[in-house]
Amino acid sequence: MTEKIKVSNLYKSFGKLEVLRDISVDVQEGEVVCVIGPSGGGKSTFLRCINRLEEATQGEIILGAKDAGNITITDPKININKVRERIGMVFQSFNLFPHLTAKKNIMLAPVSLNKMKKAEAEQNALALLERVGLAEKANNYPHELSGGQKQRVAIARALAMQPEVMLFDEPTSALDPELVGEVLAVMQKLAADGMTMLVVTHEMGFARDVADRVILIAEGQIAEEGAPAEFFTNPKEDRTKEFLSSIL
Amino acid sequence: MNFDFARVFEQLTPLLWQGLYYTLYVSFVSIVAGMIVGLISCFMIISRYRILRILSGTFVWVIRGTPMLVQAMFFFFGVPQVLRMVVPGINETLTEILPFAVNIPMLFTPVQAGILTVALNAGAYFTEIFRAGINAVDKGQNEAARSLGLTQWKTMYKVILPQALRISLPPSVNQWIISVKDTSLLSAIGVGELMQQTRIYAGRTMINFESFIYVALWYLAILSVLMILAKKLETWVTYDRKN
Repeated sequence: MTEKIKVSNLYKSFGKLEVLRDISVDVQEGEVVCVIGPSGGGKSTFLRCINRLEEATQGEIILGAKDAGNITITDPKININKVRERIGMVFQSFNLFPHLTAKKNIMLAPVSLNKMKKAEAEQNALALLERVGLAEKANNYPHELSGGQKQRVAIARALAMQPEVMLFDEPTSALDPELVGEVLAVMQKLAADGMTMLVVTHEMGFARDVADRVILIAEGQIAEEGAPAEFFTNPKEDRTKEFLSSIL
Repeated sequence: MNFDFARVFEQLTPLLWQGLYYTLYVSFVSIVAGMIVGLISCFMIISRYRILRILSGTFVWVIRGTPMLVQAMFFFFGVPQVLRMVVPGINETLTEILPFAVNIPMLFTPVQAGILTVALNAGAYFTEIFRAGINAVDKGQNEAARSLGLTQWKTMYKVILPQALRISLPPSVNQWIISVKDTSLLSAIGVGELMQQTRIYAGRTMINFESFIYVALWYLAILSVLMILAKKLETWVTYDRKN
């Protein structure tokens, strides 16, 4: 196994507010890591630092890119757009482009970044929609889709650039309970296909069943990390016990 | 007192057909130019460069903060006077450079000065209209596009603007209507549009009441057409028009 993402001593502050303190995480290729923790604890900020939607205050994040060796994401001199092409992201609020159909949402990035010709991108988009079980919704606009369908299109859109890593920022938190399953099923399939995934989630069932490793971030620090079986049944830290008892 | 609508209808109508040409021409060119100016100025005002923000902020401030009539007079009478004093022989030089002859002793023809005035005014208001539209697009749209690797410019062009312009449509329609009506002020610098034709006719014949009611009906007709077209356009650009 090779290292895909290496986060070393990451700090992030918003003004005086310190949100992340000394976070270090390694993610191996093909690994599924679930990040859990209380609201406001810094999980989302951590995830957003990885594709530099937030600029780290201090520390280093390295992407082990297939063809380009190691890229230091936190280096201000790199072209961040090139790095973002390699890292897919899925948001809590879907953020589909409302003026484009499902298919066009997926085609937008590959076509406008000259990764694919239009016809090729269209084939690719249809294949991805098939993969998330929404082939028949290709020509529907986002407002015509349910929340779960929107999020599956958003996953397909992120996959269109053939990323090496996928980041999920609470992908099911905005969904009605009965729609959560269909999104998790798509993510589970993606994990089974060997995608490297970092998932911020409140779905403990998913973390237990799908994750290779679970990380608890609370008060800006990693409180505990471990394999899910161990983590959920036999937590070592008091902070973990407290968090787990609060959500169960 | 006898009203003489029949006479006004007969005598003023041909003059208003001439005036209509100028009203529509000046309105159309000014609105198109004003939207282009507004878009550029809007990009400047949201730019990260302070100097661009200051430039466009000043432009909006001055145009919105002074009456259009003053601006029209200034461009038509004021600017040429100073230019002629400061740069002797400017008319001849400009005539060589520009594709049209400069009308000595004026720098601009009334129509040119009129278009300049209305376009700059529309431009200042469109700056704010477009800026509000861009601000109204959800922040997540920008993040989603950027996270896919799109540059800031491509994000603006492919994702933000298509949504922002839709949001901007109702206030834009408002501004189109205002700009058409603004052209009537240009009668003050001699643009031969509807209002100017009517003023001349009413002044000559002393038939004021009927003349101004009649030209008001013409404006009402023009703007009604514009409003109907705008309504159709607003329906056309909504995402769920097929439902």
